[in-house]
Amino acid sequence: MTVTETDQPTTAHPVPAGGDDRPAARLRTDAVRLGYGDRVVVDGVSLDVPTGRTTAVVGPNGCGKSTLLRGLGRLLRPVGGSVLLDGDEIGTLSTREVARRVGLLPQQPVVPEGVTVLELVERGRHPHHGLFRTWGRADEEAVAAALERTDLVHLAGVPVDSLSGGQRQRVWLALVLAQQTPVLLLDEPTSFLDVAHQLDVLDLVRGLSEDAGSTVVMVLHDLGMAARYADHLVAMRDGAIVAEGPPGEVVTPAVVEEVFGVSASVLTDPDTGTPVVVPRRRVRPEGAHR
Amino acid sequence: MTAATRPTAPTAPTAPAAPRSTADALAAARRGPRRRRAVVVGVLLVLLVALVLVRALLGDYRVSFVDAVRIIGGAEIPVASFILMESTLPRAVMAVLCGAAFGAAGGAFQVMLRNPLASPDILGLTLGASAAAVVSVVALGLRGTPVTVAALGGSVLVALVILSQAGGGGSATGRMVLVGVALAAGLSAVVHWMLVRSSIYQAQEALVWLSGSLNSVTWTDIGRLLVLDALLLPVLLALSGRLPVLVLGDDLAAALGVRVPALRIGVTLLVVALVAAATAVVGPIAFVGFLSGPIARRLVPGRPSVGIAALVGAVVVVGADHLSAYAVPDTALPVGLVTGLLGAPVLLWMLRTRSTPEGR
Repeated sequence: MTVTETDQPTTAHPVPAGGDDRPAARLRTDAVRLGYGDRVVVDGVSLDVPTGRTTAVVGPNGCGKSTLLRGLGRLLRPVGGSVLLDGDEIGTLSTREVARRVGLLPQQPVVPEGVTVLELVERGRHPHHGLFRTWGRADEEAVAAALERTDLVHLAGVPVDSLSGGQRQRVWLALVLAQQTPVLLLDEPTSFLDVAHQLDVLDLVRGLSEDAGSTVVMVLHDLGMAARYADHLVAMRDGAIVAEGPPGEVVTPAVVEEVFGVSASVLTDPDTGTPVVVPRRRVRPEGAHR
Repeated sequence: MTAATRPTAPTAPTAPAAPRSTADALAAARRGPRRRRAVVVGVLLVLLVALVLVRALLGDYRVSFVDAVRIIGGAEIPVASFILMESTLPRAVMAVLCGAAFGAAGGAFQVMLRNPLASPDILGLTLGASAAAVVSVVALGLRGTPVTVAALGGSVLVALVILSQAGGGGSATGRMVLVGVALAAGLSAVVHWMLVRSSIYQAQEALVWLSGSLNSVTWTDIGRLLVLDALLLPVLLALSGRLPVLVLGDDLAAALGVRVPALRIGVTLLVVALVAAATAVVGPIAFVGFLSGPIARRLVPGRPSVGIAALVGAVVVVGADHLSAYAVPDTALPVGLVTGLLGAPVLLWMLRTRSTPEGR
């Protein structure tokens, strides 16, 4: 990881190899408004998700970052504006069509009792099957590749509920990888993990856009991790984008203060060249929104 | 196996993507669950056939297997023909048909709602049938087919109320379960109220609708339920292929291409049709829908199997019917009483031996 990111903070980022042979899935939103019932959580967000890169969405609790992700994955119908997938209004595409192009990993999926790693990862092939499913070569290869990539081959026959949190998270990633979508949306893929497992997961995710040319959008709690692993950073507050761009440009004391309400020093990681945030103290009292 | 095909087989340079070791590991990981599943299905089928034979042949009046084959082939044997064709065989066949219907419906409903309590009998689908039937017997003085129709209507009505909560996001399954439990409580009150104001004669008539019984099964009933089972069970089995994805949560299921509300509505409609059809013929046989799913999941962990739940349901009802007929000398208990008595300890046993504390 440290070697590949030496030229990180600059905007010029070579498009990763391998992204050329697959159709460019472009995902973007245009003044999208998303919410639950009468409550609007995301209010007029326009975002072009960079194809073949890793985008991290950061912001304080309740800023609408997970809601935006659900909107991007068609789990939530916009109440205004639009979400476009390859130029089509995402709501006009069928659930299955979207599922072949966009994979989404929610924050806390349910682990069924007694299910093995292999059985769970196989379910990632669901969008590629009809009502009367037939398991084919492509399915087998996709599942094998997903398990290899997440280093789970040796655990294939083990029940998921007997695994540790870090291993479980890799299983869920393997399931989404088996889905073989050019776009991946991950909601807090590192929550509840210790630092070593966070790095494991994020290295893996980062590799997806670097080696496989996948477009990744992940919601992250940790600004430091986001700054280190994302090509593109989106900072949200109160349902709107405050700043977006390469981490080196976005992560400044002013933006950190505006988004999180804390004053902070921003240093540069001597190894990776990415910004490191050192929070000092809260400057905006709780509940004091604009 | 000829010499000509030999050389091409072992080289197989066709799949360089997955190295041999991964393919081997995946094959090994599949072997255990597959073998277990095959053994479970085999044992259940053998058990079912054995129980059907016991039920049909080994009653108070024993019919030999050879005689049974001859009778079914058209021969007329005094007494044996009557016992077998009018009593024990129809009961055994009906037990299989309604047990499979209750079992499959219960298993599918629990998995769909991700809640082991959410079986049709707990959520008021069967009570809907009972309450409607009892009201039509006691308050309206109806008899025969109109009561059956009312029972069907009662189930469907309860299902529609539960389904009204199926749409939308958030905790749709939680709302469906709560509404079902509330309806069941209310309907049970209706039943008791009706019984209080009924005459002893009406109460006797209504009792059939309160505890399921196979005492008065006819071949016409069997034909009806057979047709419905044959139509509905395959569709439910096909649809239940999507349940393993649905159990991962609504969001992930939708992200994997499942139209979640549509699947819920489809499964609910099939479940209510199966439950209503079986209840209309034999009454609500307690706990079969409730027990079959958990037993099936215990036998084959990891993959919700509606088919195995159907087999378990059939085994339970045939076995319970034999017990109900011969456990207490000279008393024919309703089969629903036996399944109810068996149900409570089995439920407690399952709670105690739960494999994971979170219990999904």
